[in-house]
Amino acid sequence: MTKKIKLSELGSLFGDLDVKALEGVKIEGDVELDLGQVGLNPQMAYALGHETTQIALHLMNISRILGYPVDRMPGSSTTATAPKRLSRLIDSKFSVGRIEEWKNPIQEVVLGATSSDGGTRKSTITLGGENALPYYFDSPMPHRNHITMDVFDMPISMAKAVKSNYEDVMESPAEWAKKVVRDFGADMVTIHLISTDPNIKDTSPAEAAKTVEEVLQAVDVPIVIGGSGNPEKDPEVLEKAAEVAEGERCLLASASLNLDYARIAEAAKKYNHVVLSWTQLEINAQKELNRKLMKQCGVARENIVMDPTTAALGYGLDYAYTNMERIRLAGLSGDQELNFPMSSGTTNAWGARESWMVSSPLKEDSDWGPREYRGPIWEIVTGLTLSLAGNDLFMMMHPTAVQVLKEITRTLYGSKENEHVDISNWVSAVV
Amino acid sequence: MKVNSPLQVYKYLPQTNCGECGETTCMAFASRLIDRSMKLEDCPPLLTDEFKEKYMELESLLAPEIREVIIGTGEHAKAIGGDDVLYRHQLTFFNPTKFAYDVGDTMPEAELVERVNKIQNFRKFYVGNFLNLDMVAVRCVSGDASKFAVAVKKVSETTELPLILCSFDPAVLKAGLEAVKDKNPLIYAATGDNWGDVAELALEYKVPVVLFSPDLDKLRSLAVTFIEMGIKDLVLDPGTYPQGNQLKGTFDRFIQIRRAGIKEGQKEIAFPLMAVPMNTYLVYDEPVTASYWETVLASVFTVRYGDIMILHSLEPYALLPEVHIRDTIYTDPRTPVKVEPGVFEVGAPAKDSPVIVTTNFALTYYTVESDLSSNKIDCYIAAVDTDGIGVEAAVAGGQLTAARIKETFDKAGFDFAEKTSHGALILPGLSARLQGDVEDVTGLKVLIGPPDSGRIPGWMEKSWPPKAK
Ligand code: SF4
Repeated sequence: MTKKIKLSELGSLFGDLDVKALEGVKIEGDVELDLGQVGLNPQMAYALGHETTQIALHLMNISRILGYPVDRMPGSSTTATAPKRLSRLIDSKFSVGRIEEWKNPIQEVVLGATSSDGGTRKSTITLGGENALPYYFDSPMPHRNHITMDVFDMPISMAKAVKSNYEDVMESPAEWAKKVVRDFGADMVTIHLISTDPNIKDTSPAEAAKTVEEVLQAVDVPIVIGGSGNPEKDPEVLEKAAEVAEGERCLLASASLNLDYARIAEAAKKYNHVVLSWTQLEINAQKELNRKLMKQCGVARENIVMDPTTAALGYGLDYAYTNMERIRLAGLSGDQELNFPMSSGTTNAWGARESWMVSSPLKEDSDWGPREYRGPIWEIVTGLTLSLAGNDLFMMMHPTAVQVLKEITRTLYGSKENEHVDISNWVSAVV
Repeated sequence: MKVNSPLQVYKYLPQTNCGECGETTCMAFASRLIDRSMKLEDCPPLLTDEFKEKYMELESLLAPEIREVIIGTGEHAKAIGGDDVLYRHQLTFFNPTKFAYDVGDTMPEAELVERVNKIQNFRKFYVGNFLNLDMVAVRCVSGDASKFAVAVKKVSETTELPLILCSFDPAVLKAGLEAVKDKNPLIYAATGDNWGDVAELALEYKVPVVLFSPDLDKLRSLAVTFIEMGIKDLVLDPGTYPQGNQLKGTFDRFIQIRRAGIKEGQKEIAFPLMAVPMNTYLVYDEPVTASYWETVLASVFTVRYGDIMILHSLEPYALLPEVHIRDTIYTDPRTPVKVEPGVFEVGAPAKDSPVIVTTNFALTYYTVESDLSSNKIDCYIAAVDTDGIGVEAAVAGGQLTAARIKETFDKAGFDFAEKTSHGALILPGLSARLQGDVEDVTGLKVLIGPPDSGRIPGWMEKSWPPKAK
């Protein structure tokens, strides 16, 4: 990159040109001139007539430093700044403003209800309420992030690193729910009623509702009720589940544009629950569904949480991240159809092969190392990235991932004190 | 940049629509300058004497808000900074965060060489390319200038990757610079104590330099002072604390500095930012924990404005998420997410080769394609038009259906009777529920492949060719 030419060569280089800019500049001696700093090479300079001005300025600077007499260039408006030696730091104060456009707070949504509010939960969780991007100094977040851990109503196949934590409870959703709250510190539990899928077990809505009751009895944290993802079956399954969980302010997952969302919205209203508004990585679809839930179905603002879809690290997280960040920025800047708290199916990270495969299927790759460490960090980074985009609630699976995500989000939230660490000598630290 | 519409740029162009730039009109070229997909130098007429003033004006109007700084030389040089926006959807972020991994000057030579080789040889295949690591940071642990110089020399003999020379002692930095004089390393760092001597080094050796101070007034003072001295290739390290409230403070500073640079146009502080995630090793003794937290910090500061960082762990469970989160944030959101739907050949498929169905989501398609070609499986891949949505989501959302699968083969004129001897197609494992529908609609034999295309080779051994009914 750095091309060095001699001043004597420069003279001949410009010799053939009618270079007005060089008039009045006297250069003597054979000084080495480094053109790397201004990003030129002699050929370029030759081709670009105008840049002779810059070169001339540069020459003047160099010459001046070296003590050669130089006159001011005629007609040049640019002031030449020769490198100076300073003996004291120039005093300067740093300041930066807040973002004025962020005037529209994110809706607060309460999940769970205690006995005083018609439920049986021991405590509730509040999502939302933000006035800025997450963890920004503009305005502290009123509520921290929360984690709800996945429980399934039947044994399912899962990555080995995940499965080893649940082998003892896989047959009992109630025991499974207890374990994630008691041992893994889950703020909430998600009961996924996947066995209701006609292609799996076709469990009846009434049977599925019993599982929900069991889970509600097993734990006293707020819960999320998830269907199987079958668009024909989910509305009736969620409706029945909502009925048996009346008054508990569960999060019903999910209403989407490709199923009978009105029926789910109706169940939420009738039995006092919150609707999860799920769309697929598409901000306009999210707006549309939220609008329909509010205007057409009459769901109150404080009963809507959004799931704009989570794609795993390396498998579309760029879309998921930017989609969420755009939604959050739009909400903060005044879009009343997008200023709701968000939820992420962070467990999707385990769909990435990097999280669970023994080794790379590609011979060209460097060694992938032990997968038991790769999996949890994949879930952590997926969740963490979305937390920075504004996600409030995380649906997760691996206990280590839960623990680390909790720690970092609480750190950025501002509730983690630490012993003062001195980093001023990190360079010479022995690690 | 100071302009945001093609019209503003057009005023400065020759306006002849000569086409030499490859665009049909000057206006089209102007919009390419605005979205930074072309450079001023691509318009030859603009480089002539006649337009020199316009060229210079445009150059300053188009300069990115955050200064671009080059580290290293020639084809191995790496650029950092150069950003114009605070959020990637507003344009795209430029110059992906550069990851430098450390070596210490007290390491035995063989160990040092092995570590440097590990850094330069790491690669991870992804969507048609390899993700790599970028630089080596040589830390002076010994406190001894001559030892440091020896280590720097050894590293530079082992790799062409650009270097960061790390010491707060100007004499040590000088010894290191002497060892790699022409390689344009980044020097770390000038502080409130040593700035005078480090500035001398930056001027003498014409190298970019990091300014370090967690106190933003001090950091700004350093920057203003260096600029005044004529040193413009600056990188700012506002101090990366490994945990707790101090870490939150670091997060605040990254956002404050970048906002000041981009939103408020404070030129004095509009430089690339450096994070040092390896500071987690100052507080965690257990190596997996330290590595995990290092990756967490690297992720936070890749998302929020770190342009270059110094890391320690070379464990795959650190490197893989790190290179992927960087790719996530720096992928240009303007490039299409889809591939053209159709039926494509991998290798040289014959009549007994499998026909594999996937979606036209670019990532899914390239993943399947690379898995098959890397394992030398000759086959056909049908990219079904799912509006660029991946398999699982497209099944749930109704974009991957039997009808759309049939349509893909029909449109491509792919006749199973003529092209294959088996009359079978393979659906992705995650779309197993479509099996019956697809059989009914296409009349073909439908096999269910594995949920991840990385497992196709193993699946083929067991399940291919299809057994006769
Ligand atoms: S080369 Fe320059 S003058 Fe010619 S069309 Fe392109 S922008 Fe216009």
